[in-house]
Amino acid sequence: MLPMVQNFPFFAIFLCMVSGILSPLWKSGRMAWRYSVGVAFACAGLFGCVFAYTAAGEGLSFVYQMGHFPAPWGNELKIGPLEALLCTAFSTVMGFSLMGGHRDLEADILPHKQNLFFVMSNLMLAALLALTCTNDLFTAYVFVEISTIAACSLVLVKDTQYTLIATMRYLIMSLLGSGLILISIILLYSITGHLLLPNLLEQVGMLVDTGKYTIPLTVVIGLMGMGLAIKSALFPFHLWLPLAHGSATTSSSAILSGLVVKGYIVLLIKVFYQIFTIETIRSLKITNVIFLFGILAMIVGSVSALREKHIKRMLAYSSAAQIGYIYMGLGLGTDAGVVAAVIHILAHSFTKSMLFCCAGRLAGVMGHHKNLKNLRGAARRDRAAGVAFTIGALSMIGIPLFAGFASKLLFASATLLNNHKMLFTLGVLGVSTVLNALYYLPAVIVIWSRPEKGEEPAPKRKPDWAFTVSAVLQAAAVFGLGMGFGPLSELIQTGLGLF
Amino acid sequence: MSKHRKPREAKEQKSLWARFSSWVEGDEPLYEKSRPLRKDRDTLSSSGERETDLSRYLLVYHILAVFICLSVTAVLLVTVHSLPLFGSPDNPASNEVVERYVESGLQETGAVNIVAGMILDYRAFDTFGESSVLFLAVSSVMILLMRDKNNIDLEEDTLTARELLMERKEKDIILRKVSFIVIPCILLFGIYVVLNGHLSPGGGFSGGAIMGSALILYSVSFGMMEVNRFFSLKTFRAITTCALMVYAASKAYSFFTGANGLHTGIPLGTPGAILSSGLIFVLDICVGMVVTCTMYGFYALFAKGEI
Repeated sequence: MLPMVQNFPFFAIFLCMVSGILSPLWKSGRMAWRYSVGVAFACAGLFGCVFAYTAAGEGLSFVYQMGHFPAPWGNELKIGPLEALLCTAFSTVMGFSLMGGHRDLEADILPHKQNLFFVMSNLMLAALLALTCTNDLFTAYVFVEISTIAACSLVLVKDTQYTLIATMRYLIMSLLGSGLILISIILLYSITGHLLLPNLLEQVGMLVDTGKYTIPLTVVIGLMGMGLAIKSALFPFHLWLPLAHGSATTSSSAILSGLVVKGYIVLLIKVFYQIFTIETIRSLKITNVIFLFGILAMIVGSVSALREKHIKRMLAYSSAAQIGYIYMGLGLGTDAGVVAAVIHILAHSFTKSMLFCCAGRLAGVMGHHKNLKNLRGAARRDRAAGVAFTIGALSMIGIPLFAGFASKLLFASATLLNNHKMLFTLGVLGVSTVLNALYYLPAVIVIWSRPEKGEEPAPKRKPDWAFTVSAVLQAAAVFGLGMGFGPLSELIQTGLGLF
Repeated sequence: MSKHRKPREAKEQKSLWARFSSWVEGDEPLYEKSRPLRKDRDTLSSSGERETDLSRYLLVYHILAVFICLSVTAVLLVTVHSLPLFGSPDNPASNEVVERYVESGLQETGAVNIVAGMILDYRAFDTFGESSVLFLAVSSVMILLMRDKNNIDLEEDTLTARELLMERKEKDIILRKVSFIVIPCILLFGIYVVLNGHLSPGGGFSGGAIMGSALILYSVSFGMMEVNRFFSLKTFRAITTCALMVYAASKAYSFFTGANGLHTGIPLGTPGAILSSGLIFVLDICVGMVVTCTMYGFYALFAKGEI
């Protein structure tokens, strides 16, 4: 018998899948919502235990065999501190996103289709957890498929003209990405004969040493990187993102921005570390390409956000910019850069999902107007939302005490180890921080400023407790991440070693 | 601060400070592509100016699209050229993994059909994911097409009513008689393919597709109302959910026992008998049911917007 805690990842993944399958059977959307929030936090609890177990002492990682057959024949999961940490964070953010957008969810989605929303959200979480934990490239592909369909439906479920267009764009781009990933998996299989990550690592290492199949190997990296870049909305493939994230219902936006794009980045990190090794990637100059596009994404995303008046599309463009940060960290090609990228994944997950929930709530108290000029004084009508939005904005700008600062500091210190890219990166970090401030601060000022004279006072609104609780907890998480990133980055470093 | 605001027409003459303050107040972005006002735009664009813009854009778009397609094709062709030869025995793909599947698949899974053994026993987790993909796809189409007040209007309602009436009035004798004979055969063949999934080529996915096509033929020839008598949304939900839950439960049991090194206590039976190969038999039936429902569900949703 294994220690019980080693079974927890399997329990969590199956719990999500089963609750996704059972979601249509709930009598009302509200019950399905309660249940799904419970499932998300239960998964967070299970993975929290796994994290405590794997991070204790020197740190350890274990392999969980799915079935009666050992690895190259059967499926398996591999969980270390890094995987457990990411899964805990993903489940928690999923729970918060569902809580924070609940009122909009009931308003935006027709009652008899609400249950189907929870099919998508539960299977989305299952896909994210499985993508993070799997030790097999083909299992990863299966869950990429699940997350593709679920993500498109999360946009679609609001059913307005904008979401239909957004879904079409998202679906086409996302399927293109899946296709590229599938082609690269097929090519990789035909030159190595394996799908299991450790075996792939061994075979690819041999191929690199002997110099056989260099062209297919390069094409594999290129296609895989391009497919995952399209799916995680890296510049110049980010054009589907603003409309999809900007027009979906609040919870969907929070889930898409906070989680879905991160799942693919985690898969990319796994591919880099567990198949090709970071040295190979660096020697093939792939890191430089990623670095360049990351930098461009940071600038272009922020400049596009400056032009937006629609608060959710502004946040969506900001997501495109933040994805750029993560890719920039990966592009540094060092462990320190990847640790900073992982911290930024966590920081952005918590912050951006909170910002989207707050934007939804602020728009809700102003009669569902989403243009910034109609949101004047919104924070005075729901102070919790205002405070949380302000905290999120400060975190995204990179003010000390909050999560966004932690990752920026780590990015900056990671670049110091890299002679070629140091000055350039520091400069771009500075510029993009200023740009971030240029679009977040006006939004914060607008929501806190006094409404114009002659405007009728706000009608009494019921407080949204689910939102308030989630906003407070998320703000606490953002603050905690900003304060406690030191030990956390050491743990991630250990996790990366065991990856 | 609001006193700084001026009417829209005066935007061009605003002082720098006024523009800054209106940006801070969220009235207009700091930097925006200059766009003429709507009334000016209409007069401008009524001439061919906008169309030439569009056609220029489309020209560039087409050239780029062809260029990208050709270059991707070239890269892939070169790659395929340098791959190991298909089917040659010393390929990297013919290694210990395939060897064990082929040589000891029969003893270990009890399935004569090695493919069934692979997808439903060795790699059952992937197949569970794939079945969930089908479930997810039907749910997505339901979100998109299920009749509700957002996607149905009066015109469409009358159209469907007329179609229903036609369905009832005009009985296509040849179609009905032929389907009356053919459908039971198709269904029976589908059931055979599913039940023999562990013995012969086929299995849940192919057998389910066959049974689904029988249902579709039934619905085409006798009308959807006839199908609804025994296959409504409720039955659809019940069958898919039950099949997936049985799959999940049996595989959860087998994963848990497998990972913890326990014995399942499920007999594999004699290879070749109909009741053999342990869970594969059950899983094949589950997959077959899910695929049948998915096939018919797609058809019904796209045709009428309801199951």
